[in-house]
Amino acid sequence: MNHLLSLITFFPLVGVIFILVTRGSEAVRATSARWVALAVTLINAALTIYMWSQFQGSTSAFQFVERAEWFGAGTGITYHVGVDGISMLFVVLTGLLMPFTILASWDSVKTRVPEYMIAFLALETLMVGVFTALDIFLFYVFFEGGLIPMFLIIGVWGGKRRVYASFKFFLYTLLGSLFMLLAMLWIYFTAGTADVETIIETVHFPVQAQYFLWFAFFASFAVKMPMWPVHTWLPDAHVEAPTAGSVILAAILLKMGGYGFLRFSLPMFASASEAFAPFIFVLSIIAIIYTSFVALAQEDMKKLIAYSSVAHMGFVTMGIFTLTQQGVEGGVFQMLSHGVVSAALFLCVGVIYDRMHTREIAAYGGLVNRMPLYAAFFMVFTLANIGLPGTSGFIGEFLTLLGAFHVETWVAIFAATGVVLSATYMLYLYWRVIFGDLVKPALQTIKDLSLREAAILAPLVVATIVMGVYPKFVFDITGTSVAHLIKQYHTAVAYDAGAVPTSVKLAERAP
Amino acid sequence: MNIGHDLLVLAPELILAIGAMAALMVGAFRGDKATGLISALIVLLMVIAGVVTVVAEPATAFNGAFVVDAFSRFTKVLILGSAALCIVMAHNFFEKEKMVHFEMPILIGLATLGMLLMVSASSFIALYLGMELQSLALYVLAAFNRDSVRSTEAGLKYFVLGALSSGMMLYGISLIYGFTGTTEFAGVAQVIAASGTGIGLIFGLVFLIAGLAFKISAVPFHMWAPDVYEGAPTPITAFFTTAAKVAALALMIRAVMIPFAPALGEYRQIIVVVSVLSMWLGAVAAIGQENIKRLMAYSSIGHMGYALLGLAAGTQEGVKGMLIYIAFYAVTNIGAFVCIQAMRRDGEAVENISDLAGLVRTRPGYAYALAAIMWSLAGLPPLAGIVAKVYVFLAAMHSGLAIPAVLGVLASCVGAYYYLRVAKVMLFDEPAKPLDAGYGGRGMGTILAFSTAFTVLLIVVPWALVAPAAAAAQALLP
Repeated sequence: MNHLLSLITFFPLVGVIFILVTRGSEAVRATSARWVALAVTLINAALTIYMWSQFQGSTSAFQFVERAEWFGAGTGITYHVGVDGISMLFVVLTGLLMPFTILASWDSVKTRVPEYMIAFLALETLMVGVFTALDIFLFYVFFEGGLIPMFLIIGVWGGKRRVYASFKFFLYTLLGSLFMLLAMLWIYFTAGTADVETIIETVHFPVQAQYFLWFAFFASFAVKMPMWPVHTWLPDAHVEAPTAGSVILAAILLKMGGYGFLRFSLPMFASASEAFAPFIFVLSIIAIIYTSFVALAQEDMKKLIAYSSVAHMGFVTMGIFTLTQQGVEGGVFQMLSHGVVSAALFLCVGVIYDRMHTREIAAYGGLVNRMPLYAAFFMVFTLANIGLPGTSGFIGEFLTLLGAFHVETWVAIFAATGVVLSATYMLYLYWRVIFGDLVKPALQTIKDLSLREAAILAPLVVATIVMGVYPKFVFDITGTSVAHLIKQYHTAVAYDAGAVPTSVKLAERAP
Repeated sequence: MNIGHDLLVLAPELILAIGAMAALMVGAFRGDKATGLISALIVLLMVIAGVVTVVAEPATAFNGAFVVDAFSRFTKVLILGSAALCIVMAHNFFEKEKMVHFEMPILIGLATLGMLLMVSASSFIALYLGMELQSLALYVLAAFNRDSVRSTEAGLKYFVLGALSSGMMLYGISLIYGFTGTTEFAGVAQVIAASGTGIGLIFGLVFLIAGLAFKISAVPFHMWAPDVYEGAPTPITAFFTTAAKVAALALMIRAVMIPFAPALGEYRQIIVVVSVLSMWLGAVAAIGQENIKRLMAYSSIGHMGYALLGLAAGTQEGVKGMLIYIAFYAVTNIGAFVCIQAMRRDGEAVENISDLAGLVRTRPGYAYALAAIMWSLAGLPPLAGIVAKVYVFLAAMHSGLAIPAVLGVLASCVGAYYYLRVAKVMLFDEPAKPLDAGYGGRGMGTILAFSTAFTVLLIVVPWALVAPAAAAAQALLP
């Protein structure tokens, strides 16, 4: 039996134990914690790449599947993990980004380093678990478990208002998720199993119940995503979190909401998804346009990027709920692309924050004169965030807009203004920080990227460009699974529309 | 009926009763010097009683007034385990406070004996006898620190209100007896099934539930809890919130669900209201607390609310959820109180949450253990609390109690705030003056390690708790 996924999920905990048992002076423990964390995340990154190489893109079935007893025989709650074309790349994204976050904190985190590294390693386990879990309770444990390490990362190593931000982040997400938990309980005793695959394939919920369930899951995913109007925790959390915390938050944690919609809401509550799609479109458009304007007015770089994340997630939700091949694949691609680009942008902010200890845009200006290499890197990510053709951002936005155009023209029209707006706020940011004359005295001695920083950003530039010019390698993996998802969705919707009694299980239906 | 057989069924209780009386003799002749010996003796007796409980076959004694089944086994093991740990804690505590009296372990032993009788009681008379034995010992224990105004106040308050609730319950029992002609649980159920519930029987039920709700400090009978928990010596508070709660809840399950099984609709509405009010009061009132023992008192009120959701469900699943919940609550709370008892500065006990500030800098193990316990009480995965919450909410949802369940999760989100606040004070704030080293005595670190290990690892092996709880629930409601 293949245990690759469990290995990827739980290997970081080996690092945790290693750091825990290390003894010695504080400096020794800090150094060893850094190296252990880096080694563990690098090995995990290699494992995820190996998994990618073994993955068959031609099938929509779950791969690397593992099952084990968990709550005991007969309960229907099992340890069941596996990946398909939708989830696999998120695991890879998590695995590949973790070493960058460790490197980004190498010098900037000086206090309580072992605890910091433990929090990140634990978080990696929980994040990978979210994307691989195929049991609703297993998913819930991983999904919610990430709150505690993130609470610590923001609260211990964050900025001035860290306590406020960490509580807000925590309670906001907790409230949403608890409704999802109740819905999961309802699903569990109605279906008699907690197995995601079994539920999707054989169980069918009455349309009326689907509405409630859909909203309960929506409460959780919308907060996590975050969708307008429940996005207000995100700017606070981003601003106060340390750089690596922001990277993880933007690149991985925000993707859990979108992933949840794809894994649960669409196939399980198809009719409800169809009914609420216009509602999602409206929220997405508001998110795209409104938060873009809010981003334009920001004085704090991290806040600006945080609001731009909300706008970009608007494209994702819009794309997913078009339920077209282009829209859904575009949504998945947009999430992956945003994972790389927003991570890189936060790392870029971290670079100058480490030097100047301020994120005020007004404190900068004319950096290109002293930091040409930094300016070049920053430009690539700025353009990618705008969605310039040739960068990864373009593919996702283009496909989601295409999908929206098929379904509702007006949605695409409104959403397209977001592309223009993102160009406005990103270029405005870039102009204020990078261009102009270097007149501020404090900036006179600022240094360009160190080797470590360049080594962190360079692979992300490559990823951005490669995804932009050759997106096929992503679609080869997602294509079949997305097509399968859409087929499941249409079958279920057609079933609900038919004259058959709606509470019958799908499996009992005549072929 | 065979008296030999009946006494054999009662073996764990007899071991404890005879042992406690022997210990009383030892204490009477050797005085306070023998306290250590007596503590060890009572703990040993509890272990023996626990072993006997585990190996005993299901049986009934005294014409069905006393039942031994998987349900009583599960709860008795919990009661004996937490009582034994509380004796260890109390021994250390009173040694530090220079208040060593040999009565302490004996009183805990006798209270435990009362609890064992309570969870096996299958008639209202047996129930009342067990409960009074327990209560009388607890009143004395609450006032054990007799030179402290707070402690004597706690004892007196507990005694007066406890007597009131016992009276109410007894009145309820007499009504039930008057309208059904029997005190046997099964007999009452038969009468109700045959001829339904009249207004008199409903009155009896209400008084019974009111009395029981007082014992578990559920709203609106909770007022005594914060004062008593704050005033009583810390290990005694631990005993109140663990063993005593387990016993009272188990008693409530048996005394409400078995006789009134045909009247589920009647008692459910009472329990739902009590449950929801408890969850909310526990969540809201704890926010402003500065004293950690008061905080734990309100937390306890809230947790009783969650546990009662299982009773409101009125099903086997509900019993299972409740049993998992009280097991989780007892084990977690023991750890929490070890931490509270370890809060000493310059030899003096301190009780404010702010005294924990920045604890992680000086005592990372202590701080993270208490933080994990707090998160677990808040019901955050992957810690133990979520397993318990899942099962009670599952039972409630399955019985159609969706609205109480929704109110419950909202309350648990509000409640998460104050648990997080304790974690925040320890982990985020600037350090206060450091606490004294150690956990306040021998064995304390081990108890904390056990409780923390349970908190962290239950999610890995949930069946270890779920399976026995399921068996116990099945034995009660086949």
